[in-house]
Amino acid sequence: METMKVQNVTPNDMPWKIKYDASRCTLCGSCVSACSFRAIEAKVERRRMVFSEGDLPDPQQRFSAVPVIRQVKDVRHYCRGCGICEKVCPNDAIGPLRNPDTRHPIITRCIGGDSIKRGGRKNLESAVRTLDKIRVGRISQMTDPSLDAQRHTFDLLAPFGRILPAKQLPFRVNEQNSLQVESSMPPVHWIYPVIIGDMSIGALSWRMWEAVAMAVAYLNEECGLPVRMCSGEGGVPVRLLKSRYLKYIILQIASGHFGWNRIAKAMPHMVEDPAGVLIKIGQGAKPGDGGLLQAGKVAEHIQAIRGVPRADLLSPPNHQGLYSIEESVQKMFLSFNAAFKFRVPVAIKVAASATSVSVFNNLVRDPYNIVGGFFLDGIDGGTGAAHEVSLDHTGHPIVSKLRDCYLAATAQGRQGQIPLWAAGGLGKTGDLAADAFKMIALGANGVFTGKLVLQMAGCVGNDMGRCNACNTGLCPVGITTQEPPLVHRLDVDRVAQNIVNYFLAMDTEFKKLLAPIGNSSLPVGRSDALVATDQAVADKLQLQYVC
Amino acid sequence: MCRIGAIKSLNYVHPSQALLLMESQQKGHDNSGFAMVMHDLGGIFEGYKHLPTLSMACTDEGLKLAEEMLHTAGFQRVMQWVPEIDPRPGLDIHAMPNYVFETFDYPKSSRQGDQKEKEELLLDMRLKLRKALEHDEQGFVYSFWPDVVTLKEIGDPRDIGTYFRLWAPDDKFTAKVITAQCRQNTNYDIVRYAAHPFFLQGYTALANGENTFYLKNVEFQRQLHRGYIGFESDSQCFLYTLHYVHRELNWPLHYYKHVVTPLPFEDIERREDKSQLLAMRQSLAHLEINGPNTIIGVLPDFTMFTCCDAKKLRPVVVGRTDDTVVISSEVCGINDILPDRDWETDIYPHEREIVAIDNNLEVQRWRQ
Repeated sequence: METMKVQNVTPNDMPWKIKYDASRCTLCGSCVSACSFRAIEAKVERRRMVFSEGDLPDPQQRFSAVPVIRQVKDVRHYCRGCGICEKVCPNDAIGPLRNPDTRHPIITRCIGGDSIKRGGRKNLESAVRTLDKIRVGRISQMTDPSLDAQRHTFDLLAPFGRILPAKQLPFRVNEQNSLQVESSMPPVHWIYPVIIGDMSIGALSWRMWEAVAMAVAYLNEECGLPVRMCSGEGGVPVRLLKSRYLKYIILQIASGHFGWNRIAKAMPHMVEDPAGVLIKIGQGAKPGDGGLLQAGKVAEHIQAIRGVPRADLLSPPNHQGLYSIEESVQKMFLSFNAAFKFRVPVAIKVAASATSVSVFNNLVRDPYNIVGGFFLDGIDGGTGAAHEVSLDHTGHPIVSKLRDCYLAATAQGRQGQIPLWAAGGLGKTGDLAADAFKMIALGANGVFTGKLVLQMAGCVGNDMGRCNACNTGLCPVGITTQEPPLVHRLDVDRVAQNIVNYFLAMDTEFKKLLAPIGNSSLPVGRSDALVATDQAVADKLQLQYVC
Repeated sequence: MCRIGAIKSLNYVHPSQALLLMESQQKGHDNSGFAMVMHDLGGIFEGYKHLPTLSMACTDEGLKLAEEMLHTAGFQRVMQWVPEIDPRPGLDIHAMPNYVFETFDYPKSSRQGDQKEKEELLLDMRLKLRKALEHDEQGFVYSFWPDVVTLKEIGDPRDIGTYFRLWAPDDKFTAKVITAQCRQNTNYDIVRYAAHPFFLQGYTALANGENTFYLKNVEFQRQLHRGYIGFESDSQCFLYTLHYVHRELNWPLHYYKHVVTPLPFEDIERREDKSQLLAMRQSLAHLEINGPNTIIGVLPDFTMFTCCDAKKLRPVVVGRTDDTVVISSEVCGINDILPDRDWETDIYPHEREIVAIDNNLEVQRWRQ
């Protein structure tokens, strides 16, 4: 017998094991062709059958070669547990099983000599989420009536843009005893309090990006919900830049400046202003790290939009040439405000950090009044690609940091002057309305969400290590890939419809949360509407503790 | 729940009218207190309209301390009125030992100063007195302002009226504007300061309702002005917003309605002045109120007004004759004091208007 090599990789080293029932398999091959990770293959197994014929034992054996489906024993082609094989199998003969004894985090590093990269969110689940320890506990009864979510009208909008203190408003009382505007004011747009947050065309397949853009246009034009989407760093198709739908898009610029050559060239042809500009400094899922688009996803159209060759596209961790907050304000904010003639709000996105309040304080005191939003992204945010160690171990939870920023503004009487937008794992349980509402009551003007939108589209990834292969370009459901056969798995219209329907449902749910606390507009900072079932959470967030 | 009432007349009116106005509405309040602010004073105060009158309830020590402080600051007392009380047994009143209504001349250094400086001085003085007398509840300083007196007490309004002999009309203690409310038992602690009407630098406000954006308002107002303190009641926010919009920002009164109950965005979009209204809504988002409310306010020039929340969840009615206008939570109160008026001219303000009454009793309805 050959000596066993314990270092050889076997399926029980992997995070997922394929369970396969040869007796049910028709060998149709659907699973093998559907597995984008090539984690299963058709093989021939040698089988030995011992049998006896006649009245007395007379063992005989017969060998046969049997075609089967087998798991690939290779760390480059390991099963991600996406379950596509199970979805396509007509006979329920195959599917992935989670392997609690996986050695994957060790052997991958040992074999590859490189850090593990993946997409998705933080996969280290600890206790119950903070937001689930908070309830909307101040119910209007008796002295003040609850409202009727079905009949009353509600104002569900949030500001995007720099808001002046009332004493700085350029108003003059005219002869008719009315206020007249004497000079220009910073642009502020009132938009839906949930922004579809910045996933680039490149990270997303063109079909997915198109579906999101379609959903946003439909929500605006047919449903009356002024939802905005952020382009992510990676540019925008020129046709969209020149269309009237640009007004629903917030253009993002990050440290790689990808796509801005085309955006700048399209400016003279724009028929509408974009909804805003978002300067990305950091991201909650991988704070201190720049964007990463692996070469496998840099398809021809991505090369064209971004103006780059096929190569790993790494955005630097910093915006080069910016050495201080003041400098960033002066250089970036002024230039982007000027680029659109001060008609388009310019906001900043940073990763939540122990230092967020300092950054926020510096911005809120900016003397130019040009910082139009503070987008704060927490550790539970998603990403298309990052080093796993960053995803799991770096970052700061969003809830307390958002609250800290709001309270810092409150202490200075500056709440609302720079709208606070929060993200990072909101809607993780599928219920974004509740999470968003709680964040708003803690002081956010609105929230942004990305990963949840992918889940609306059919993303099968989760926070327990399932799939999370967005970085590979092999997304089995066509969302984060540029491979045409995979992209075509995605039904653009159905994705758009799912997103629209989710927003409509969420809109109703917002009203069902507003009505019982008797509010007809968003209760920004109304922390008295919340109670916490955890003393530490109550203390930290300055909420009423209940049990 | 509260009931609120206000009288504005061409003639001087005695507070017995305010008691009468509120009496028939007693099923709607809980008879736990009585408070009133009188503007444009007649009777013994008529000759001192230009000088500030201190309204205070205090202990003997509190009185001594306050008078010392005023003296040190250079204020000179020119007139004092002590209400003649009727301390008969059995009255439901938590009376303080002293009720002080003293009129002062300004310190010599300020007499020639401009009006604005004097007004700031009066506010600072009242805040100082309030702080000094807070210890051991030595006193409650309600107002220190020309042509204004305030009375607040805990107990049954009828008994409070009896105690201060306010049921019997006379011509010594009168005013052309009286605002009143009959409830002490607020949602929070029972404190004399928590009773409406609230007063600040010539502005008075009282409300019937529940301000569910109280916390938002408070957190914002605390940083806006040194006079925005206390917050013993969620309705104080209405006064501070009125003061901020009208005095600090110097915006015309009708914008107060746009601040406290802004128009829905879709309505603003259709307006010619949409950029003003949007800027206002966003800059003062934390002064918006929510929940059911009716507000009655008085401005330093004695203009009186009323407005409601954006869904009209609390009632209010305005009744009038040739020489008097009365605003009240319930029409029964108006029926008691203006029985012969033409009730067909009563106004039931809707959720998108301010009804303002000027000194000629001209009633204006400003649609938001």
